[in-house]
Amino acid sequence: MDASAAKLIGAGLATIALAGVGVGIGNIFGSFVSGALRNPEAAPRVFGNVLLGFALTEAVALFALVIAFMILFVF
Amino acid sequence: MHSPMEQFEIKRLLDLKIGGLDVSFTNSSLWMIIAVILATGVFVVGMRQRALVPGRLQSVAELGYEFIAGMVRDNVGDQGKKYFPFILTLFIFILFANVLGMVPYSFTPTSHIVVTFAMALFVFVGVTLIGFARHGLHFLSLFVPKGVPFVLLLLLVPIEIISYFIRPFSLSIRLFANMLAGHTMLKVFGGFVVMLGIIGGWAPLAFIVVFTGLELLIAFLQAYVFAILTCLYLNDSIHLHH
Repeated sequence: MDASAAKLIGAGLATIALAGVGVGIGNIFGSFVSGALRNPEAAPRVFGNVLLGFALTEAVALFALVIAFMILFVF
Repeated sequence: MHSPMEQFEIKRLLDLKIGGLDVSFTNSSLWMIIAVILATGVFVVGMRQRALVPGRLQSVAELGYEFIAGMVRDNVGDQGKKYFPFILTLFIFILFANVLGMVPYSFTPTSHIVVTFAMALFVFVGVTLIGFARHGLHFLSLFVPKGVPFVLLLLLVPIEIISYFIRPFSLSIRLFANMLAGHTMLKVFGGFVVMLGIIGGWAPLAFIVVFTGLELLIAFLQAYVFAILTCLYLNDSIHLHH
């Protein structure tokens, strides 16, 4: 196989990580909404943690993006 | 059309060489200086009046101060007070650099791994030194989880050590990749608007408008995450797993 073709396939494969991140972010906000409906009073207090969890999970997606960029542009 | 990565190019504005070292004044340094001047301006001008009922700018300065003071109090406790100025500076600088990067034709210093890694490395080395200064060699107990059978420790201690040393990398890559990805995505969709022209270009334009709002949120969120993770690392080295 041509090296440049392999590069494109590799960069595409690197985005598979988004599947896990999608599950993770959905899980965070889903749990937050179901928890907030059970106990609306406590919801504002944990929202900071929700955002923190969201940012930490999103970072995993961006690690995958960095890998894809490295495959495409660095090598 | 320009490539979406062109916005991250570093341009020399003023050529400077000290010894063999290239210390040119670049657009990155320019925007860092602008961020520092604006941040200092908000706090100095805002707090000049010291009114009992704060005006607009004073409210902003007080909000920022209170926000970080609360964060340090909640996450590190009373002993974290000493390190509050550092965390406030870190937060405000990253916040201003991120938000200024959203201005068209500006430059985002935090979209470069050199800048974020330097900050993360300072946090990492500082936190480690604080831990050793406070607890001596007892600080190493951070790597040994409590109440775990000895056989498992053989597995867990290396994992804890690796996850400790990976901290500066994850801290810096998170900030830099967020900025890089967000700005690239905006530029890519900007390209779609041009390509689709006056008939189909409205859909990506609407997306850009929505996404610019999200990017502003992320600019704040990443500064917040950087600051709160610094607090958590500081808490680890001050209180050792409690």
